[in-house]
Amino acid sequence: MAEVTGTGRVKRGMAEMLKGGVIMDVVNAEQAKIAEDAGAVAVMALERVPADIRAQGGVARMSDPDMIEKIQASVSIPVMAKARIGHFVEAQVLQSLNVDYIDESEVLTPSDYENHIDKWNFTVPFVCGATNLGEALRRINEGAAMIRSKGEAGTGDVSNAMMHMRKIGGEIRRLSSLREDELYVAAKELQAPYALVKEVAETGKLPVVLFTAGGIATPADAALMMAMGADGVFIGSGIFKSGNPAQRAAACVKATTFWDDPKVVADASRGLGEAMVGINVADLPAPHRLSERGW
Amino acid sequence: MKVGVLALQGDFREHSNALIACGVDAFSVRRSEELADADALIIPGGESTTIAHLAQTFGIFDAIKQRISSGMPAYGSCAGMILLADEILDAAMGQKTFGGLDIVVRRNAFGRQVDSFETELEFKDGFPEPLRAVFIRAPWVERVGPKVEVLASVKSHPVAVRSKTLLATSFHPELTGDHRTHQYFVDQVARPALKKVQ
Repeated sequence: MAEVTGTGRVKRGMAEMLKGGVIMDVVNAEQAKIAEDAGAVAVMALERVPADIRAQGGVARMSDPDMIEKIQASVSIPVMAKARIGHFVEAQVLQSLNVDYIDESEVLTPSDYENHIDKWNFTVPFVCGATNLGEALRRINEGAAMIRSKGEAGTGDVSNAMMHMRKIGGEIRRLSSLREDELYVAAKELQAPYALVKEVAETGKLPVVLFTAGGIATPADAALMMAMGADGVFIGSGIFKSGNPAQRAAACVKATTFWDDPKVVADASRGLGEAMVGINVADLPAPHRLSERGW
Repeated sequence: MKVGVLALQGDFREHSNALIACGVDAFSVRRSEELADADALIIPGGESTTIAHLAQTFGIFDAIKQRISSGMPAYGSCAGMILLADEILDAAMGQKTFGGLDIVVRRNAFGRQVDSFETELEFKDGFPEPLRAVFIRAPWVERVGPKVEVLASVKSHPVAVRSKTLLATSFHPELTGDHRTHQYFVDQVARPALKKVQ
């Protein structure tokens, strides 16, 4: 009757429990409480939301452990935190703080421009960003237990999230249509392990939960992503950079559950006040596009 | 028998698939009209605060509470166990439950995600083979009332309990592909309870 921690089933299972929910970026205990009261399934503890990282520039790193612990003490829902791509020591620190999920995130400045973290070495599960199926499968091969489409964080522009969800979905549908003897070349083209490519071709879906992120700012954005096949939604700057965070947070939660009912989405969209000020992704110079980080 | 699965948030699809594998009609419940069609209800794994919040927002909370108290069979896994409990410890401020099951449940009792685990479980009511059970930020039962039976325990903490009409587990049988717990709910809890009502 041995109890085993950190198994694939336990790590991936945790993400299953978040499905149909909204995970919100928070920078302090007060925001975390607002998120929990609004019905968030989890919070992402970070020092600066992506919009501020973008505005202020500089190197963005893991958050201060004190700040993460204050947030953990203030809410009963899961608390996630971000480590830089490839920064396995930041990840070890976050695991020692007992965070519930680590986001190896392109929103922070990468620490390694070739390798990601070997996530199999950890008990805590990881979520990683992806812009296409090959990238998603490479992260899963490294041990990611959850994937989020990247979008373009801190913009309030949903177009990249849309593009990445369409891309991942389209590539999965294409795999399902291939003959078995064509999957070897498909794996080569996707730059992903054959075993995972074969599994996706057979099941027609990723072997882990797929959330979406990056630019979601309104209830209708959240519902759009659910309609595109996302299992749930990350909202970063969209809530606490808006005029009325508590109300917008609750509205996005509602629209995520009833994404297929325009009346509910309409009601949720009423009188929310100002949305975050957006930036068109097209106006961002290429070096400032976070979604291009990750290899 | 038609079994509704509360589909506000969480792994409701996995529960529906397990029910279908048991040969039962399963459908999603998000609204009161849908609840009215259900002979029995499953409350899935997920975030208990979120599910309770959404149930209140969409005006189905009282209807579920009322159906459960008037004898509708229900099964809750993990968050579902919390939502069926009459009393919870370590709750979020103001957190409400549907109640009906005379137990006291401690939320996240086994710890945070790094403490989540799987293990083999002996199930009291006659599964010949042990059950592979997955616990994720799982609650345990701290006290049971006189009419509640303990079906399985981990380190002397009850993790599966039942009353005449209600079943609750700290773990997630919907994640393992082993459908015996759902079959048990259908055959040993829901069907006998519904027979008595008729």
